[in-house]
Amino acid sequence: MDKKARAIISDPMVDNNPITKQILGICSALAITVKMEQAVVMSLALAFVLVCSNVIISLLRKGIPGKIRIIVQLTVIASLVILIDEILKAYLYDISKQLSVFVGLIITNCIIMGRAEAFAMQNNYKDAMYDGLGNAIGYGSVLIIVATFRELLGSGTLFNYAVMPASIYLENGGWYVNNGLMLLAPGAFIILGLIIWVQRTYTHYIEN
Amino acid sequence: MELLEHYLSLATKAIFIENILLSYFLGMCSFLAISKKIEASIGLGFAVIFVNGITVPLNYLIKEFFLNEGALSWVGVPSLAMVDLSFLSFITFIATIAAMVQLVEMLLDKFSPALYNSLGIFLPLIAVNCSILGASLFMSERGYDFGESAVFGVSSGAGFALAIISMAAIRFKLKYSNIPDGLKGLGITMILTGLLSMAYLAFSGINL
Repeated sequence: MDKKARAIISDPMVDNNPITKQILGICSALAITVKMEQAVVMSLALAFVLVCSNVIISLLRKGIPGKIRIIVQLTVIASLVILIDEILKAYLYDISKQLSVFVGLIITNCIIMGRAEAFAMQNNYKDAMYDGLGNAIGYGSVLIIVATFRELLGSGTLFNYAVMPASIYLENGGWYVNNGLMLLAPGAFIILGLIIWVQRTYTHYIEN
Repeated sequence: MELLEHYLSLATKAIFIENILLSYFLGMCSFLAISKKIEASIGLGFAVIFVNGITVPLNYLIKEFFLNEGALSWVGVPSLAMVDLSFLSFITFIATIAAMVQLVEMLLDKFSPALYNSLGIFLPLIAVNCSILGASLFMSERGYDFGESAVFGVSSGAGFALAIISMAAIRFKLKYSNIPDGLKGLGITMILTGLLSMAYLAFSGINL
């Protein structure tokens, strides 16, 4: 792998992270991060759709008329999402039920449209694939960080295994209670806000 | 009378208790990008109400008469009566939305230039707004009938409008406050959205 490819993959991981810097794909980052399990499945599903759509759109880019490119892109993405939805329903039925409408909403996840429009339409399929991979990893890592905090603080578990020792809980005579707010919407917003703060302090990026 | 009461409680639920933006996180991307300006937020809010009010009932009709299992029985061909096209719902919904947005844009341009000038630039944005596709997917998942989907479409749009306009007002005030560098822009907006969503949690005590 040459230097350029490595740069394309590593850039969206920290410096140009799709969620914290490009502000793309925030809906799903918040909605399905109550449990680690869901976050991991969602990241994998998105990675599949993003890489495939980037490659397909990059291969088609010379044949797509400029005026109807959005419709063409949406059709490619929607077909891939149908595929992943059927796969999830067949093999991971419980998780697909929990993810509910958010699998379908990968179609309108701005990361995919955004990368198709900003990168795949101008670059060859190899670079587009690397770009898709890098952005998927950047997205997945934010998802997993948010989910770690929410599941650990909200339910005291990770991947459904109890992490917090049972003896410290209030009902067992200890002092600790789970923070129910983390399971609700406000917890997600606040955790993501704080993560953005940390990431931007680290990369010295200031928004005007 | 009972029907009206049912619709009213559905609307209250969609606007306040299960606000599509603050408790389901749908439409975050445009929410974060547009809420910088109040006029633009009002424009986008009304455009969402408008488009949602049209696409949700329309998608209901398409689902009921084309996609559901046995929905094609009205054609009269026996072999079609068994067909189940529901796996196509993602692609049909998004195509309907994109086509409707285009159509609404053209109609407004022709018949109501004043409205077109105020909503015009937001309409193309709306095709990829998750809250529009999300409302249609919720309609399909929760099995609303025609009247319910019309009410749900308009009121989930109203919920979005309410959230984005109040956020724009808060961000307007925020211009004059002193925020840590890394938190400027996206970070503080996420945290504020968390607080706003916490305020909306208070409505969940309402018993309908």
